[in-house]
Amino acid sequence: MSPKTMFQKIWDSHLVHKEPGQPAILYIDLHLIHEVTTPQAFEGLRISKRSVRRPDLTVATIDHNVPTTNRFLPILDPIAKQQIETLRSNCKEFNIELYDIHHPRQGIVHVIAPELGFTQPGMTIVCGDSHTSTHGAFGSFALGIGTSEVEHVLATQTLRQYKPKTMRINVAGDLKFGITAKDLILYIINQIGVNGGTGYVIEYSGNVISNLSMENRMTICNMSIEAGARAGMIAPDRITFDYLKNKPQAPKENIFELKVKEWEKIKTDEGASFDKEVNIDASSIEPMVTWGTNPGMVISINEQIPDPNSFPTINEQKSVSKALKYMGLNPGASLKNLPVDRVFIGSCTNSRIEDLRNAAKIIINRQVNDKVKAMVVPGSTEVKKQAESEGLDLIFKNAGFDWREAGCSMCLGMNPDILKPGERCASTSNRNFEGRQGKEGRTHLLSPEMAAASAIAGHLVDIRNW
Amino acid sequence: MDSFKKHTGSVTPLYQINIDTDQIIPKQFLKRIERTGFGEFLFNDWRFDSAGKPIKDFILNNPKYKKSSILATGKNFGSGSSREHAAWALHDYGFKCILAPSFADIFYNNCFKIGLLPIQINEHQMEKIVVCSEKDPNYQLTIDLDCQTITENKSGEKILFEIDPFMKNCLINGLDEIGLTLQHREKIRKFEESR
Ligand code: SF4
Repeated sequence: MSPKTMFQKIWDSHLVHKEPGQPAILYIDLHLIHEVTTPQAFEGLRISKRSVRRPDLTVATIDHNVPTTNRFLPILDPIAKQQIETLRSNCKEFNIELYDIHHPRQGIVHVIAPELGFTQPGMTIVCGDSHTSTHGAFGSFALGIGTSEVEHVLATQTLRQYKPKTMRINVAGDLKFGITAKDLILYIINQIGVNGGTGYVIEYSGNVISNLSMENRMTICNMSIEAGARAGMIAPDRITFDYLKNKPQAPKENIFELKVKEWEKIKTDEGASFDKEVNIDASSIEPMVTWGTNPGMVISINEQIPDPNSFPTINEQKSVSKALKYMGLNPGASLKNLPVDRVFIGSCTNSRIEDLRNAAKIIINRQVNDKVKAMVVPGSTEVKKQAESEGLDLIFKNAGFDWREAGCSMCLGMNPDILKPGERCASTSNRNFEGRQGKEGRTHLLSPEMAAASAIAGHLVDIRNW
Repeated sequence: MDSFKKHTGSVTPLYQINIDTDQIIPKQFLKRIERTGFGEFLFNDWRFDSAGKPIKDFILNNPKYKKSSILATGKNFGSGSSREHAAWALHDYGFKCILAPSFADIFYNNCFKIGLLPIQINEHQMEKIVVCSEKDPNYQLTIDLDCQTITENKSGEKILFEIDPFMKNCLINGLDEIGLTLQHREKIRKFEESR
């Protein structure tokens, strides 16, 4: 048998139907849903008198809209409230398990599915959310879909897909002291471009990747979509299996060991070929911070902000000038020491327990700068509880951080957590698009450690000098 | 789903690269539970200032382009979030077709599901359309999906474009993809049984 990539193996084992000139019909093992991208899909089902084929393979949570302050107060925004209630009644009508606001395991969809053990190697996973790529960290094929596709999956438990191309990003060398998975993925996006991954599934490999924790692997796969990729994947290994063991939805005891034997076979065979190969030297990476309005507009903290004229096409030059104007920055300037107004530690990229531990280490026994408003929004209620049991909440609160309930929060500002016009934010989230965190707000993406240090210093810093 | 066969219309040039879905439809409008009514919020933060007043130099506020139904834009259009609301907003506003040198994957797929036609043409062809439509707001194109052509009405000049045959067929006939997949119900059932 010819050697296969991990992606090819998963693809082949989920093919329900294939005919020339048509997208294949792929079986979906796990369908995650949330309140924002599903109301119209359920409505579509009702209109065409269809039902949910496999409610048992469908899991819902409420994350995008939820307030991160006291959950027992009524939700003030009537439209958000209606959207939340719509999901509740849809889950009830179609018999779908819902991790509702007061559920002890509620949280951001891409944080709770892995921590509950729903996400497993070899699976096909979809969600009406682009950061579904996160789940690829377990060696699954996980992709974001639109609402019409959500309806398709609800009704058929399958998705129509053309087979994407494959790209391997091999990360060799060593990450230097102070360099995190966030710096690595920002660096990769800068190298391949914000549309460098379009049409591809990326497999990350190499010694640097296999040494990463599951949390870090999720950070990497999460941001694959920021390079335009259909999905990101990392081969499952001992670290993956150890993470999954004893998770509530993971297979139990003997079955678990049998499953591990299967999962071990998922990895890419020696000699399998990819449509594209990219090599990254990890030792050249420094702490990364975005200066512009997409995640590819990123430099290391010690570099200078680029000059628009250094870009090859007029369209790129225009886009860089527009971004700099929006961000209130000048070419040639440094990001180091740039004052920030807000700090946000959260989002499905960096709100897991390890992220909070790393951020807490930076701020212990220090105080948030007077001019800065800083907040921590754990990715899930479970992460929050775990952090509290370790006393991390006290470290954050004593330093002057707001300690919030779990949700998407200021990653996209659909709830009341938003930037005011002109405010500059050091954020551990994944998108620095114009207005993403609030109209005319200015976002700098960086690692949790760098964000925490900026909160204390009142400006962007090089974490290696901390 | 709306079908798309042939369309003639004028062009709005918005020739910027990497326009993301957060710009096409900002998050504050994602809370609706309907598929319709998103058009008035299309490009909201570029169209209106904080007081809700139209920003004069933004092309969608130029009355000369009000009737246009084809959007000509830069590469990697629709990057970012999977929100189908972006495609709904463009369609609801009155665009029938989006021309760009490249699209983000999820956005591209979403368009087909709702009867909005995304067409990929090269930068060179794009530039010509942008220049012509910037000069003349009544610059008309006819898009024929069946023949896969974009015709400049005045000169009769044609551009051929590529499109996936399956998506094309769905769009021309306004087919319900779920219905098509359900024709394979038996195969889905067998697949489930076999695991
Ligand atoms: S945390 Fe941000 S990126 Fe992640 S699912 Fe929520 S809104 Fe989307």
